[in-house]
Amino acid sequence: MDFLNGLVTFLNFVFIPGAAYGAQLALGALGVTLVYGILRFSNFAHGDTMAFGTAATILVTWGLTGLGVSFGSLPTALLALPAGIAITAALVLATDRMVYRFYRRVKAAPVVLVMVSMGVMFVMNALTRFFPGIGVNDINFADGGRFIIGVREFREMTGLQEGLAIRTTQAITLVVAAVAVALLFWFLNRTRTGKSMRAFSDNEDLALLSGINPERVVAVTWILVAALATTAGVLYGLDKSFKAFTYFQLLLPIFASAVVGGLGNPLGAIAGGFVIAFSEVTVTYAWKRVLTWWLPERWAPDSLVQLLGTDYKFAVSFAILVIVLLFRPTGIFRGKSL
Amino acid sequence: MSIPYRNLMLFAGVAVLYAATAMIYGWNLTLAIVNMALIGAIMALGVNMQWGYAGLFNIGVMGFVALGGLAAVVVSMPPVPEAWAAGGMGVILGLLIGAATVIAAMMIWARMPKGRARGVLVAGVLLAGFFLFRAVFDPATAAVEAVNPAGTGYLGGMGLPVLLAWPAGGVLAAGAAWLIGKTALGLRSDYLAIATLGISEIVIAVLKNEDWLARGVKNVTGIPRPWPVPYEVALQQRPGFGDWASGLGFDPATASSIIVKLGYAGLFLVVILVIVVALELALKSPWGRMMRAIRDNEVAAAAMGKDVTARHLQVFVLGSAIVGVAGAMMTTLDGQLTPGSYQPLRFTFLVWVMVVVGGSGNNWGSVLGGLLIWWLWVMVEPLGLAVMQAVTAGMADGHWLKAHLLDSAAHMRLLTMGVLLLVVLRFSPRGLIPEK
Repeated sequence: MDFLNGLVTFLNFVFIPGAAYGAQLALGALGVTLVYGILRFSNFAHGDTMAFGTAATILVTWGLTGLGVSFGSLPTALLALPAGIAITAALVLATDRMVYRFYRRVKAAPVVLVMVSMGVMFVMNALTRFFPGIGVNDINFADGGRFIIGVREFREMTGLQEGLAIRTTQAITLVVAAVAVALLFWFLNRTRTGKSMRAFSDNEDLALLSGINPERVVAVTWILVAALATTAGVLYGLDKSFKAFTYFQLLLPIFASAVVGGLGNPLGAIAGGFVIAFSEVTVTYAWKRVLTWWLPERWAPDSLVQLLGTDYKFAVSFAILVIVLLFRPTGIFRGKSL
Repeated sequence: MSIPYRNLMLFAGVAVLYAATAMIYGWNLTLAIVNMALIGAIMALGVNMQWGYAGLFNIGVMGFVALGGLAAVVVSMPPVPEAWAAGGMGVILGLLIGAATVIAAMMIWARMPKGRARGVLVAGVLLAGFFLFRAVFDPATAAVEAVNPAGTGYLGGMGLPVLLAWPAGGVLAAGAAWLIGKTALGLRSDYLAIATLGISEIVIAVLKNEDWLARGVKNVTGIPRPWPVPYEVALQQRPGFGDWASGLGFDPATASSIIVKLGYAGLFLVVILVIVVALELALKSPWGRMMRAIRDNEVAAAAMGKDVTARHLQVFVLGSAIVGVAGAMMTTLDGQLTPGSYQPLRFTFLVWVMVVVGGSGNNWGSVLGGLLIWWLWVMVEPLGLAVMQAVTAGMADGHWLKAHLLDSAAHMRLLTMGVLLLVVLRFSPRGLIPEK
């Protein structure tokens, strides 16, 4: 019984939050890795693309709830997501047209493109803040049912002392992320456009010789990136809350995920996302409660058994990043293949 | 010799901007902008060294600035003897244990043959060291922070003159840069950017949370002033000062404030001159030619027998040191260390705009960029508000769009800087004062 109680505590505070966070990071890292694979630079504007997409989705959500539309026990934001993706895709395509395309033509060095993406980040951040009602506010836009299972229900159901709560947003995150990843892999592996993208990533010259239209590949990539970024941003915003500038801070864990998995490798990005998320949660969680259940009474810990304060969660992604860079710079899954 | 004329005109143009500001807002405010602009120019010089000389992309400028600020506190604040008695030795012992653990793990990794035993041993040493570190370090910091938490609650500094903190800030930043460069240089160019982004977030997290070091978010205030700069109150109390000031047409409070700011400006100018002269000499020396050769074609330079990674590490460390010096100067000017005020947009990206707009690869360009961009950064907000007021003048009061547009003026800075950066990169990538 003690073991089960401990297990429930572990699931409640470590596994489920970690899985949801991991799915959000994985979606973000997939976007970064796609840009890297096709356009060959690290996109520092990705965090703010996520923020922009989320802000657009929030506006549409407000519009829908204003009209009296709701999605039952699910958040209305899910209905607004396709519109948010469309708006973000339009912005990202326009950015490519006005900014990135020139540097592709002149075959600029990747580091120049990285710098350009920093300028884009500035502009996107400002655009996000210009949205009416967004600004620098802390916005909670999750409506519908809060919990699938609440702590008390779970206790009554199982008779355990510890409760397990599964928030609707956590379940939605996992389901939506799974659907998005499945669609992405189906697209990359089964469709003609997806195959041409992989060919382009593998060997640009050969792909051009076999008649693949590079502009089309790039445009499709940006649309996919917009979809992934908006989905990741909305899921993160539903799970936590939305603030225009917090998404910049997600850049580090997202890049760490992509690098750990191998830049340019979609499977690696997903694995990297979960590696980073679970490491962050396990290192910054105070294990006292779980250990009290699991260990015999004499060994029960007095301290919190927290390896690092939650404020140092960046340090965890950073440490993993450094270790990977030192020992396996191409990432776990050998990067640069799509 | 037509180019120097053009550059002089550019500097004169910036001078006119500042003079106009002084006419409208008064000298006191203008000098405050000048001082921050000079510090921005020094940061830009450091980043220009990394980017313009070597093509290294450092996206963690904020972290090195903050390390400089930490140096100002550690060097100049008076020590807190009670805190040292309570836990000073424990803190130092804990840090030594931490360092010894890492060194021991690295030596085992280097000395032992490859295999499972090595991995297990290294992991074991690291884990044991970590718990030992926590066991010694945690009670010590708790004891330090318990000493008069409202007033001090930290170990204090060394009580030395604050001018010494400027080189100390450079050394601190250089140390961090060496660690980062050692891991991330020699790999793909983007990895350095990602690694510097990480270290800057961690430096800020440490400053915010390690109260024993610099009081965390409780801030350290009252950092002493550097040697020639007087205090306003002391100036005003000097006999005859009030008459002298009113003779010049100022009230005593404003006059004393202006003199203090002029003092800082003089100090900063000396630092800028020293750095620019040193950098110009370095750039014209064989070392400078080698750096540019490496930047323009790494493969060819490597074929000529140049150690590209080692030179990159060198220039990365030097550039970060300059940024650290600027960080220490900024904290000295503010007289306080406020970890909550370090924002990446404000430090990292603004400095990049200065470098790019001024002209990457040219030291005078960085100085010009620093002066111009800081002025823009400060003035865009009132200017943006004025534009928005003009646009919305015809609208009815209380209309939601009017209120929204006026609110948005506050975010004009980001948009202006981003667009400026993109436009310069696209249409004039060599900047205002191009590299010769």
